[in-house]
Amino acid sequence: MGLLSRKATCNTHGQDSSYFLGWQEYEKNPYNEVNNPNGIIQMGLAENQLCLDLLEPWLMKNPDALGLKRDGISIFKELALFQDYNGFPAFKRALVDFMGEIRGNKVSFDPNHVVLTAGATSANETLMFCLADQGDAFLLPTPYYPGFDRDLRWRTGVEIVPIHCTSSNGFKVTLPAIEQAYRQAQKRKLRVKGVLITNPSNPLGTTMARDELDLLINFIEDRQIHLISDEIYSGTVFTSPSFVSVMEVLKDRNLDQTQVWERVHIVYSLSKDLGLPGFRVGAIYSNDPVVVSAATKMSSFGLVSSQTQYLLSAMLLDKKFTKEYMAENHKRLQKQQKDLVSGLEKAGIRCLDSNAGLFCWVDMRHLLKSNTFEAEMELWQKIVYHVKINISPGSSCHCIEPGWFRVCFANMSESTLKLAIQRLKSFVSSIGMKSQSHQELKSLRRKARNNWVFRLSLQSFYDREQDTTTKVSFSYRPHFMSLSNIAATLDAAA
Amino acid sequence: MLSSKASSNCHGQDSLYFLGWQVYEKNPFHEVENPTGIIQMGLAENQLSFDLVESWLRKNPDVMGLKNKDGESVFRDLALFQDYHGMPAFKNELVEYMAKIGGNKVKFDPNNLVLAAGATSANETLIFCLADPGDAILLPTPSYAGFDRDLKWRTGVEIVPIHCSSSNGFRISMFALEEAYERAQKLDFKVKGVLITNPSNPLGTTMTTDELQSLITFAIDKDIHLISDEVFSGTVFDSPSFISIMEAAMDSNLKRNTDVLSRIHIVYSLSKDLGLPGFRVGMIYSNNQTVMSAATKMSSFGLVSSQTQYLLSYMLANKKFTSNYMKRNQKRLKKRKEMLVSGLKKSGINCLKSNAGLFCWVDMRHLLCSNTFEAETDLWKKILCEVGLNISPGSSFHCSQPGWFRVCFANMNQSTLQVALRRIKDFVERSSFNYQQIMASLSRKLISNWVRKLSSADREEQER
Repeated sequence: MGLLSRKATCNTHGQDSSYFLGWQEYEKNPYNEVNNPNGIIQMGLAENQLCLDLLEPWLMKNPDALGLKRDGISIFKELALFQDYNGFPAFKRALVDFMGEIRGNKVSFDPNHVVLTAGATSANETLMFCLADQGDAFLLPTPYYPGFDRDLRWRTGVEIVPIHCTSSNGFKVTLPAIEQAYRQAQKRKLRVKGVLITNPSNPLGTTMARDELDLLINFIEDRQIHLISDEIYSGTVFTSPSFVSVMEVLKDRNLDQTQVWERVHIVYSLSKDLGLPGFRVGAIYSNDPVVVSAATKMSSFGLVSSQTQYLLSAMLLDKKFTKEYMAENHKRLQKQQKDLVSGLEKAGIRCLDSNAGLFCWVDMRHLLKSNTFEAEMELWQKIVYHVKINISPGSSCHCIEPGWFRVCFANMSESTLKLAIQRLKSFVSSIGMKSQSHQELKSLRRKARNNWVFRLSLQSFYDREQDTTTKVSFSYRPHFMSLSNIAATLDAAA
Repeated sequence: MLSSKASSNCHGQDSLYFLGWQVYEKNPFHEVENPTGIIQMGLAENQLSFDLVESWLRKNPDVMGLKNKDGESVFRDLALFQDYHGMPAFKNELVEYMAKIGGNKVKFDPNNLVLAAGATSANETLIFCLADPGDAILLPTPSYAGFDRDLKWRTGVEIVPIHCSSSNGFRISMFALEEAYERAQKLDFKVKGVLITNPSNPLGTTMTTDELQSLITFAIDKDIHLISDEVFSGTVFDSPSFISIMEAAMDSNLKRNTDVLSRIHIVYSLSKDLGLPGFRVGMIYSNNQTVMSAATKMSSFGLVSSQTQYLLSYMLANKKFTSNYMKRNQKRLKKRKEMLVSGLKKSGINCLKSNAGLFCWVDMRHLLCSNTFEAETDLWKKILCEVGLNISPGSSFHCSQPGWFRVCFANMNQSTLQVALRRIKDFVERSSFNYQQIMASLSRKLISNWVRKLSSADREEQER
């Protein structure tokens, strides 16, 4: 039998991760309020299902959009034949206007710099093909969206080198962390072609501050590399601070006629803001005409259905509708997030302070038996199989601290969310009762061993990442050695 | 700064195939608004049967309106549907439709189908699954110009041509196949498979059972894959009828080789048969579970819009509609092809005998001033710029013989085709008149030279 390609037979598609395995478990036993009230509640899917009821009345009032008519006359033939990879002009114009609106009209976008793709998945992969060769690398702050392992690496052969962010500063990107990642890439003999950020962040649900964006721009300017800003959640910013796009920062710094302007690229999609993942609408925005040209040709491999382009151009051109929609969308997202955060708080679980996204970054470190990823997996399995909630463990997002989980809130009704919170509360109480006698000791241990176990986790993390672990542990050895005595003392006390 | 893919021209779009389109777009023919513009005959699209589809749509407004049979909106479900396994109802209808096209001689399993955003995406995905960078795929020439981009660009896989010639109607001979395989090996390429287009683009011909079975035997023998791009299978308008590679593989002798079905893969699309290229509906069919699994995950990079899957699942479910459509569409294609063929014949131009496709493979070798590709390009330019027809030169299909052109007929109405035929006739007459003038002038010169030589020889003799 003829051999298949390495791509077909390896697991670089990354779909053996717990992120996807959790979904599979959910699919075997999905919760349904009526038909399966004891099933698994899906909180591992970052979808916005809160405002679809606003879209339906618009469709009813605008039957021509679905009916593929213009002024009552069928344009079916025109659309059926439209396969121009430059995209439907009216749709691109409507899309850039919408993107501008999301950014408070502080930046305006040129439709000629947009390349349409079948979803952000396709956009991200296409950008990789345009900016990097096989064996090159992109730096990515952790924790990051698990799908990137597939989207950025699988068929492109490009490597991801993580920029490790920690809870010590709310997982913000720091210069030492970026430089450390860059050095790591060099040690692995990988040529760094750029940095990819997700802003607002998945899985953190936070927007980047101006100083972080400044830091990144300075870094890429200095190293003459690219910056991709995946802004697919930009329309889900429901509270302050308001969203600041990297384009806005470039403009404010008068960098818009410089070389760095052409090295910053945005990825966008209508899957999160408008809640339309099924329609496969993504976009690349770039100021580099060579990138736009190459990406446009590559978009042949994933064009947006003309039927869909027409529908959405009509919808986005209705500015009154989009304004009202976004306002209501933000309101509902904020309420649902508040419900989740306060509900979890009552169960003694805290979330990272967030202002965007369809999920919270939840701190369950105190529920771990030990500060390890094994313990995180154990906790995750309990939550999926016994508590019957599918949430995504931080390890699947490449977080270097065990105990964090991404919990989605926008893909369910209020009552389902209440039920999920109730289940978690009961679960936490049950753990609490068992380990009450160890609580104080655990807390003491945790504080003192924090850094030491942190380094262990980092090492096991790098093992998984197939990095050269000796090099990693060497750089941390002095610290490791000094805390090991404390650890030994605590062990003796236990 | 950028990747080598972005800065190279491996996208293959500098070929005359695409350049012709660009020139056309600057000056497109329009019966009323631009009657002297360039007529597009380089685009293999089926525009002959829209009225049939539109009539169905008018009778089924709910489907467009994303409502189900009970009049309830399914918008929400569709908006959220991004499962890379595809809509089950749609896949069920697709496999039945594919089977129908092949005369229901084979039954296809919807679980062996992966949807992709057009055949462009399907072909690339299949190559990613079957070959690594630096491996090679054998491709009979002439072949679709877009393959240079689709199969090679991002995959890093090489194409090694199987040279076919007019001496046997461009059919794939075992000799040519073996020769291509050996050539690949000499170039140190690992051959992973053969890709055929059946019916052929640009030839417009279908393959016989014997030809298909020889290819299957070759694939088994060399332990490689066989991809059959059957995007034009629904455009077969004349005998012999279409035989899918799956049907050919059902032969009992071949079936004895138990893994034969794991090495055969089909690519299909609704862009040519139903004339819906804008909706981006393509698919891969394979019995190889590893390929299915990998291709399904890869389809994340080019899923079909759920809005479109919904519309077309209903359309294809209407068997009365599909039977009627197939019959009438094929009749119209046949009539239009015959109009082109007979019109060209009146201008002294012959076409390869064809029974399928949206184009003819036209023999203009006698119009070349020399048997070279330079002459072919010159002729192509003249026809594009002076005659005002965008046709595709054989070189852009990697044909090894100069002088052949692909001329499309299904993307225009009858009167436009008549205008095109008139223009060709005028051009040929002018060329032949000019040719006659040149020949006459040349003859006169030759005769006068000869007469002069004769006269001077006589004089010499006389002087001696």
